[in-house]
Amino acid sequence: MAEEKEMVNIYIMGKHYQVPYGLTIMKATEYAGYRFIRGCGCRGGFCGACGTVYRKPGDFRLKVGLACQTVVEDGMYLTQIPFYPANKATYDLEELTPTLGTLLQHYPETTRCLGCNACTRICPQELEVMHYIAAAQRGDIEKLANMSFDCIMCGLCASRCPAEIVQYNVAILGRRLYGRHIAPRAGHLAKRVEEIKAGKFDAEINRLMQVNKAELQKLYDARDIEP
Amino acid sequence: MYTQDMREAIKIVEKTRDRRLKETFPRLKPEEKDQLLRSFHPDYMPGTMRPVKVGPNKGDKMPHEHVDLLESRSTLDPDTFSLEKIAFDVDVLVIGGGGAGTSAALLAQEAGADVLLATKLRHGDANTMMAEGGIQAADKENDSPAIHYLDVMGGGGFHNIPELVAALVKDAPICIQWLESLGCMFSKFPDGTMNTIHGGGTSRKRMHFAHDYSGAEIMRTLRDEARNRGIRVIEFSPAVELILDEHGQCAGAVLYNLETEQHLVVRAKTVIIATGGSGRLHIAGSPTTNHYGATADGLVMAYRAGAKLIFLDATQFHPTGVAFPEQIVGQLVTEKVRGLGAQLVNIEGEQFIYPLETRDAVSSAIIRECRERQKGITTPSGMCGVWLDSPMIEIIHGKGTIEKELPAMFRQYRRFDINMAEQPILVYPTLHYQNGGILINDRAETGIPNLYVAGEASGGVHGRNRLMGNSLLDIIVFGRRAGKNAAERAKSVKLGRLTLDHVKRFHEELNKEGLGQKVAPILLPDYRGKIS
Repeated sequence: MAEEKEMVNIYIMGKHYQVPYGLTIMKATEYAGYRFIRGCGCRGGFCGACGTVYRKPGDFRLKVGLACQTVVEDGMYLTQIPFYPANKATYDLEELTPTLGTLLQHYPETTRCLGCNACTRICPQELEVMHYIAAAQRGDIEKLANMSFDCIMCGLCASRCPAEIVQYNVAILGRRLYGRHIAPRAGHLAKRVEEIKAGKFDAEINRLMQVNKAELQKLYDARDIEP
Repeated sequence: MYTQDMREAIKIVEKTRDRRLKETFPRLKPEEKDQLLRSFHPDYMPGTMRPVKVGPNKGDKMPHEHVDLLESRSTLDPDTFSLEKIAFDVDVLVIGGGGAGTSAALLAQEAGADVLLATKLRHGDANTMMAEGGIQAADKENDSPAIHYLDVMGGGGFHNIPELVAALVKDAPICIQWLESLGCMFSKFPDGTMNTIHGGGTSRKRMHFAHDYSGAEIMRTLRDEARNRGIRVIEFSPAVELILDEHGQCAGAVLYNLETEQHLVVRAKTVIIATGGSGRLHIAGSPTTNHYGATADGLVMAYRAGAKLIFLDATQFHPTGVAFPEQIVGQLVTEKVRGLGAQLVNIEGEQFIYPLETRDAVSSAIIRECRERQKGITTPSGMCGVWLDSPMIEIIHGKGTIEKELPAMFRQYRRFDINMAEQPILVYPTLHYQNGGILINDRAETGIPNLYVAGEASGGVHGRNRLMGNSLLDIIVFGRRAGKNAAERAKSVKLGRLTLDHVKRFHEELNKEGLGQKVAPILLPDYRGKIS
């Protein structure tokens, strides 16, 4: 297959390789002979391990993509940023209150945002990073949580921020504050947990554990299915 | 972007859509399902398995790829490797930094243990992170753990180990509540009621989710909590061998720092294997949804130490892997797409299977549609697939639902210029999950004293086929149980002299059979110079 394919030229950390057209950066790098240790995780766009920056000839702009989700282009001049040092506050979520004060106490640098929008421009998930940081500055935790929800914590935003904010860590604090302290608790869940602890279902489950396969199959086939 | 031919084929799907919206394809009768599986499920494909010649499962048939690893030598030479210099001396060693390992570490620490978590890649690089669809728990009024029990058993072909299933379904609501209290953002209604839907093989709507980043949300929350609590984590340092003591108890592991290429000896009173699955072995040559590190390391190590494996001959193929575009072939299209109403449709625009049959059945039906009936759609690279009619979701639940409820899927396709809210997507089964693994009991214990297993590395709970949403559940339920029990146990453990004698004995067994030319665990797949 590979021989028949059109080849493109890429430069991995400045070194030239020819790889088949149409591959993702990740697969092209492997085709070129690399075996990843860092810079490769889920290979499906969820883990943030493979943030990659690149430039193309004649274009001053720095571009960005996840290596596992971005197709190579001729002349691409690339490197991965598999790790970037980040400031992570530690906290006991239980004791926190969902307020602006809590956000700023843990990440005071949030107020240093210059509004340059570099974070939003670089985000491979195309999130409105600067706007969720603005929500954080206002103490709007629900908005911070929802706007940042699709964040994969790749760290590219933090690598570009002139104010040295670690946006994704501010965001996860916001989401955990929201999930723990703002979103209403599921009443039916609490009730069911009490019932289980009281042993309400033990007898029925014990009975099912004892019946033979044929009997179980019969019960299974006769289940009513919620529409 | 679709080719002209594919765009023409889509017109047929569009033409039948209005009619199909009102149609419910009949469910399979038990004997039909049995026949379908035997004829088309990859587990039954001739030539894909052989009996393993050594170890506790000697004579059992398993996929070649697993047998190859189980019949390999250690990366260490047990005659010369020194266990004298102990780098870490802890109560509980957790091997694996996914959902099961992190849950275990949190619970072990809560129980007062000194915990070390070692992981091959970064903390959180695991299949947990990629689980999109959701997590099951019977917490609604019309549901009960007993009904959940029946669904799990039926899904697993009634091969599941009852005590494990009972633990799974009874702990489920407790685990969801634990995650809720850690701040996990489950999708809820304004009054706090969990938004829940069906998955394949469920009789109640008990699939909880966080958009389609369910596993990612759980994983990053657990990881954040572990970081807050200061749990020690060593990244890029997989375990390559278990250490036993002179009495045959598990007593630690040898880690290998992938970057410095140095070995580290960890002595631990109890060890928890949470190394996940094996999709990167590419069983039967299949592409996979799995993360980069899914190479069955835990199975290999535990097997050498004498642990029994179960149901390793049952591999789960997720019915809806990407068949087009080529760049992301084999990646996951969450079952939630069908849970929200999208049907599977052939080249004639007709349904051929009830969309929420169990995964083994849906996968088999798609394979039948493409291979036997020749009603699949062929891609430019020669791959075959069937349509998953995603635009139906927008008609059933309203415009914008896909972008809101399936943001990861929507983004994945948009990156390749396909708008799944307007165009159907092409899918084919992909290697997804290791149904079996190391045999455990409901305390997550193995047959080896002080060795625990949790998550995909374990076997028994799902029988021969896992239901959607029971894997995220499994890792939390048994991760927590393993952590708690291992920490309790560690309080009374007295370790003897550390040895690798079990590795020596295993090597002798290999030599007798003329095996052991290769080494394992392999730690990472090797795609150098290839198109993976």
